[in-house]
Amino acid sequence: MTKSSFSNIQSEYLAVIDHNKCVRCKRCIQNCGWGTYSFGGDKILADHSKCVACGRCYTYCPEGAISIIKNPTVIRENANWQEPLVKNIWRQSETGGIVISGMGTTFKYKKYFDHILLDACQVTNPSIDPLREPMELRTFLGKKPSKLDLDFDEKGEPVLKTKMPPQIELQTPFVFGAMSYGSISLNAQKAMALAARALGIVMNTGEGGLHDDLVPFGKNIIVQVASGRFGVHRDYLNSGVAVEIKIGQGAKPGIGGHLPGEKIGIDISRTRMIPVGTDAISPAPHHDIYSIEDLRQLIYAIKEATEYEKPVSVKVAAVHNIAAIVSGIVRAGADIVYIDGYSGGTGAAPIVIRDHVGIPIELALAQVDERLREEGIRNEASIIAAGSIRSSADAVKAIALGADAVAIGTAALIVMGCHVCGKCNTGNCSWGITTQRPELVRRLDPEVYGERLYNLISAWSHEIQEVLGAMGVNSIESLRGSRERLRGIELTDAELKALGIKHAGL
Amino acid sequence: MLKIKNKFNTERDISGCGLCGIINAKKVKTNGSDIKKAISVEHDRGNGLGGGFAVYGNYPDYADLYAFHIMYDNLSAKSDVEDYLRNNFIVEKEEHIPTFKTSKIFDHPYLHRYFIKPKSDRQDKLFHELEDDDFVVNSVMLINQNYDGAYVFSSGKNMGAFKGVGYPEDIADFYRLEEIEGYMWTAHNRFPTNTPGWWGGAHPFTLLDWSIVHNGEISSYGINKRYLEMYKYNMALRTDTEVITYILDLLIRKHKIPVRLALTVLASPFYQKIDKMENDKKKLYTALRQVYGSALLNGPFAIVFGYSGGMVAMNDRIKLRPLVAASNGDFTYVASEEAAIRAVCQSPDMIWSPKAGEPVMVEFNDIKEKTSLKGGLLSL
Repeated sequence: MTKSSFSNIQSEYLAVIDHNKCVRCKRCIQNCGWGTYSFGGDKILADHSKCVACGRCYTYCPEGAISIIKNPTVIRENANWQEPLVKNIWRQSETGGIVISGMGTTFKYKKYFDHILLDACQVTNPSIDPLREPMELRTFLGKKPSKLDLDFDEKGEPVLKTKMPPQIELQTPFVFGAMSYGSISLNAQKAMALAARALGIVMNTGEGGLHDDLVPFGKNIIVQVASGRFGVHRDYLNSGVAVEIKIGQGAKPGIGGHLPGEKIGIDISRTRMIPVGTDAISPAPHHDIYSIEDLRQLIYAIKEATEYEKPVSVKVAAVHNIAAIVSGIVRAGADIVYIDGYSGGTGAAPIVIRDHVGIPIELALAQVDERLREEGIRNEASIIAAGSIRSSADAVKAIALGADAVAIGTAALIVMGCHVCGKCNTGNCSWGITTQRPELVRRLDPEVYGERLYNLISAWSHEIQEVLGAMGVNSIESLRGSRERLRGIELTDAELKALGIKHAGL
Repeated sequence: MLKIKNKFNTERDISGCGLCGIINAKKVKTNGSDIKKAISVEHDRGNGLGGGFAVYGNYPDYADLYAFHIMYDNLSAKSDVEDYLRNNFIVEKEEHIPTFKTSKIFDHPYLHRYFIKPKSDRQDKLFHELEDDDFVVNSVMLINQNYDGAYVFSSGKNMGAFKGVGYPEDIADFYRLEEIEGYMWTAHNRFPTNTPGWWGGAHPFTLLDWSIVHNGEISSYGINKRYLEMYKYNMALRTDTEVITYILDLLIRKHKIPVRLALTVLASPFYQKIDKMENDKKKLYTALRQVYGSALLNGPFAIVFGYSGGMVAMNDRIKLRPLVAASNGDFTYVASEEAAIRAVCQSPDMIWSPKAGEPVMVEFNDIKEKTSLKGGLLSL
């Protein structure tokens, strides 16, 4: 066979420079992590094939001289043979490889959150004004006993007799989702740590271990134990407020992870406890967990190692039989179950998995909550819902469907400049988020973006308070699991049944 | 059409209302004329679609027996339920509940009462050891759920509920309450907002010795209901009052939480207050919220509930519904409006408006010692 030197795949975007405006300051060349721009002696040149529309160049162009436009050259439209499918065939025929991408699925599946409407008070019960009345969002994650036992002191006053299992206290029902050092930069993790501390919530190390710089943030960190066991040691397990066992991730249920050796520099090597330059491959399953009873052993091994002082969370991807799986996890001793829906994000996943495996978080959550209640064990574990929480409205709906708190990952990255270009796996992120290149990482200022993360979560919290007030309740626990305040729109009977809600108008 | 059960196509039944309560701490009995007079002042708080009363101490001759008040749509329902009762209970006495024709109440179900106690060799004993109270609760739920055309609206000892569709003063005449004597009375005038009136839906709602009258709409109903379902309560009536009764039953009877503390679950203090408590107390109140957060009654309410040990009246945590209390000698009065109290007690020793979430509690003097010893835990 003769080797073809050209590719069928044309650039998706065009980086168009208005040379009348351009002052040749070359900031675009510096800013682009992809090498799109170069200087041609008298003007800036753009290699369109490298552009991913990450938005960095035009954001930082002082003259507004750059436009990124979709390549108008068409691949002939065909509703069946859509452009991405055709391009992937070309790509795979050229490389023989699996197509990898970052971020959550780009498929246009039905977004159930957008088909759920909220209730409000009119006349028969009053709405409550959050500007004038207290409006409580404080949330505790962890196992709750089904009842409290009391003693009475000499004055006959009740005293708590039950020893409460350990809880994570959140001032607002948000946590940052697990994103490892390696998949994202240390500065990105620091921004989340700063925000989590200021907000009274928690971030999650992901499976990349805990960098020394983050140790002081322990009260706002959940440490993760995943199938690769990177960076796991006794002090690590005890350095956060909780330990999470990662079984699966919404973007790639059933498969492990792969951080290529070229990203394993000295710092990541130390943090993950692996040699510099070796691939960090986390296996698809935990090789000590082939069944639910094995999970129980790991949960209790961790509880022993942390002297039963930290809640143990188990993170799973939302798959078809999720309700029964979570019931098993709760009975295995998990204090928190983190459920990640199929549109959750990732640093890298094969698109065949990302786009086709798993189920929506809304349906998974509704089924899990219902199942745990039927079995009378809903109090035994808290539920964190994740898998593309895009707004405070999504958060409110998730909580009303039964979540104790929601996790945000992609939204937090968007705060840091992410334009959801989906190229996290390449390590070229111009925003300094999903890259380890020092010249890119240092442009992400943890203080600046820590404050913006704080702003976002504060803003969303205020919005939740507004919604609670409109519903006439002044505490988040009165919304939690209160599906009576939800109605479906444009949903079939089967969908309504799976969500456990009624159609609007009923 | 006569309705004794909630067959309307609604998830729940909500209403605005008026309420009153009168208690004598020394158990001196009065007849029903005062409570009728008081609630009739609140005539405009209802719309004629539900009125009712609960009285305590009215069956002294049968004080050890459960007094079941049952309404029937038809006689075949009656014979079915009576078969069930005879199989499981010793029936000491049964009779029509005395009623009197009035021009205002023209259509009513069969109203019957039974004085009974569970058989010691009843069938369920073979399988599990249910206490008598639990068995009665199960029986009430079973009849209300499975026996079409029958509804148990009162099941306590030495107490009874008298209620129906109509203004409360007419219901009082229908049952001739002035001929009944008791040491504690509660009354309710109903203004339903999403279902027509139905006999079973009138207040008070009762279970064992609990009786509740309630003005409000529980905005957290959805989660309160799902929480109770986890403990196998069946929300047959779909009313807020039913939910409140079951929460109290769960907390006080099943979980043995003292009454006063249970009330702080219904209208829990805000964290800003809890955070300022001293250590042990803070731990207790934080744990109560962590464990019983789903039982918090959020949204407007004023409730008056009676039980064998006394009466409690309280508001929601930010007082979104009216409630006034007054005391005069051994009598304590509570009502939605001061005028209702003044109508029967012109110049009380003290009259006040209870603060949000702070209960007015009156316990009968004769049980004071017992309750303080057990931290308010009652002999239920």
